[in-house]
Amino acid sequence: MSLTAEKSLKNPYLSQKAEILEIFQETEIEYTFRLESDFELNFGQFLEVSIPGYGEAPISVSNFTDQWLELTIRKVGKLTDRIHDLEEGDYLYLRGPYGNGFDFENYQDKNLIIAAGGTGLAPVRSLIEYAGNNLDQLSDFEVLAGFKDAGSLLFERDIKRWRQKFDVLLTVDKTCDIWGECVGLITEHIAELHLENIANTEVIVVGPPPMMKYSIIEFQKLGVPDDQIWVSYERKMHCGLGKCGHCKIEDNYVCIDGPVYNYAEVKEIRD
Amino acid sequence: MGFNFSENGFNQLLESLNQDYQIYAPVRKKNKDSFSANDLITYDLIKSLEEIELTVKSKYSAKEIVFPIRETLFHFVEGEQFIASDTDDKYIIFLRPCDRNAFKRLDKIFLENGPEEDIYYKRLRENVKFFVIECTSGFDSCFCVSMESNTVEAEDYAAFLRFEENGVSCEVNDQDLAVEFSSQAEEIKFEPQFIEKNKVEVKLPDREKLTNEVFEHQLWTEYSQRCIACGRCNTSCPTCSCFTVKDVLYDENKKSGERFRRWAGCHIDGFTEMAGGHNFREDYGDRMRYKTMHKIYDFGERFDFDMCVGCGRCDDVCPEYISFSKCINKLSTIIEEGV
Ligand code: SF4
Ligand code: SF4
Ligand code: FES
Repeated sequence: MSLTAEKSLKNPYLSQKAEILEIFQETEIEYTFRLESDFELNFGQFLEVSIPGYGEAPISVSNFTDQWLELTIRKVGKLTDRIHDLEEGDYLYLRGPYGNGFDFENYQDKNLIIAAGGTGLAPVRSLIEYAGNNLDQLSDFEVLAGFKDAGSLLFERDIKRWRQKFDVLLTVDKTCDIWGECVGLITEHIAELHLENIANTEVIVVGPPPMMKYSIIEFQKLGVPDDQIWVSYERKMHCGLGKCGHCKIEDNYVCIDGPVYNYAEVKEIRD
Repeated sequence: MGFNFSENGFNQLLESLNQDYQIYAPVRKKNKDSFSANDLITYDLIKSLEEIELTVKSKYSAKEIVFPIRETLFHFVEGEQFIASDTDDKYIIFLRPCDRNAFKRLDKIFLENGPEEDIYYKRLRENVKFFVIECTSGFDSCFCVSMESNTVEAEDYAAFLRFEENGVSCEVNDQDLAVEFSSQAEEIKFEPQFIEKNKVEVKLPDREKLTNEVFEHQLWTEYSQRCIACGRCNTSCPTCSCFTVKDVLYDENKKSGERFRRWAGCHIDGFTEMAGGHNFREDYGDRMRYKTMHKIYDFGERFDFDMCVGCGRCDDVCPEYISFSKCINKLSTIIEEGV
């Protein structure tokens, strides 16, 4: 078989090489990798990330500028174990971006509330950064972030910085050891959010499936209509291209139609 | 243009086509069925009419010719990626109307769904000419008529063939092939025939009446117990197009290896497993529900036709005697009678 090198443009399965510029430790098993990037990105999109020989995984972009992007990666298997061995100056292989992402226009001039559970904070981090830097484009902005315990707190340095500009309500499931913050599940603190003007409020809920389910129920109880709730779904995405079928839920391909959905459109769909 | 060939004449045609094309047709492989000592009817290269097996349905469809069971996406060495260059191979595939229609389903996913075409599928698919085998009596488990995939349009095939006692009658649409056909046969009038009634019929559920309760119905629990998640219904299906992407490392030091894709199936464990171990359909009955909805509902919501073509192969191969056509009919009855 003869082999020829081909430009990635022609073949959507080929990845491009990206240098790791900086690595930040988040928790014992989660690190954020800042990589050189010329991708045109939207908030909440994902990339297929790989090291040839170790496989590929869908990872949401946790922040970006024109020059770099960040991926927050948890060590959970063969590929991510290997990624965690990498150092600054090493390379990761990327293709994408995939998915629709959050369209800021939907939140323009609104009271925006983002409720994120655990690693669910990663796909909304770039949106939080943008919102925090453009508070004049929102009528109010508030973040509710829930973590299991102090050991799983992500983006600590960001949260401290965000708090100087807008409210970030932090909850911890079990212990009270993060800066003495609210103890209890994220769902128990939803009622404390600024929900005075519900008609002008948009809510984004991102996190593990049970957290999303019960948080949405809380928001509904407080009177937030389904079409003012936004979700981002995580599924097993092997291709990102609408081909492999792994991410399909009913007639939706999460990799191309999502991962961001208006809840009113997807509340009835099931895996 | 219609032609009539003697057996000899048709073999001469195959011989001359073989110069330019690899010809695939259903064949009988003695004692090759992996689960018994039975013969395996499957697709392979042929050179003569005698090799084509027309009396029984093939266990596997022709899809693997265009969507191989395992396919290299690219090789890599030291971070450089190389894709195998296109071959110039051209293919002729002998297949029945249902299987021809199954390719329309594969085309939708690989060529139309999502932002880009799948180049691996496309480069093989572009080089395929279909020779449709006339099928007027079908087989025991077929329900193509109910799925409206018993017929094909003239634009769907290069040639349409009727295998007769002493030869082959056919129609040729493809101008590139017309010369070769006409040089070996006498011209006749030819009108393709299609099956009009199968032994098995399904009633598709009324889309409008599909409620949430249907998803929870105990109909699916029955399959939780019966299905063993072997995935044979997926691999034998001519329309199942799902795949998994994997890497192999040949040499750790040289960082050389390949990324490949391999057929995947929604009935098989791990299909939805995410990093960290979360699965979305642990229960086998849920997988049956998911597949059923995809084949007769979800796909059709996205494209213009249902995915299932009613070939009945999933019924033929299931070790637990689960019948997909019966499942569709049960679902329709439940919906008609109200849950
Ligand atoms: S679902 Fe069964 S009957 Fe329908 S196309 Fe697939 S194998 Fe054939
Ligand atoms: S072939 Fe039968 S037992 Fe095997 S996965 Fe399909 S339905 Fe289940
Ligand atoms: S990730 Fe492959 S179809 Fe969505």
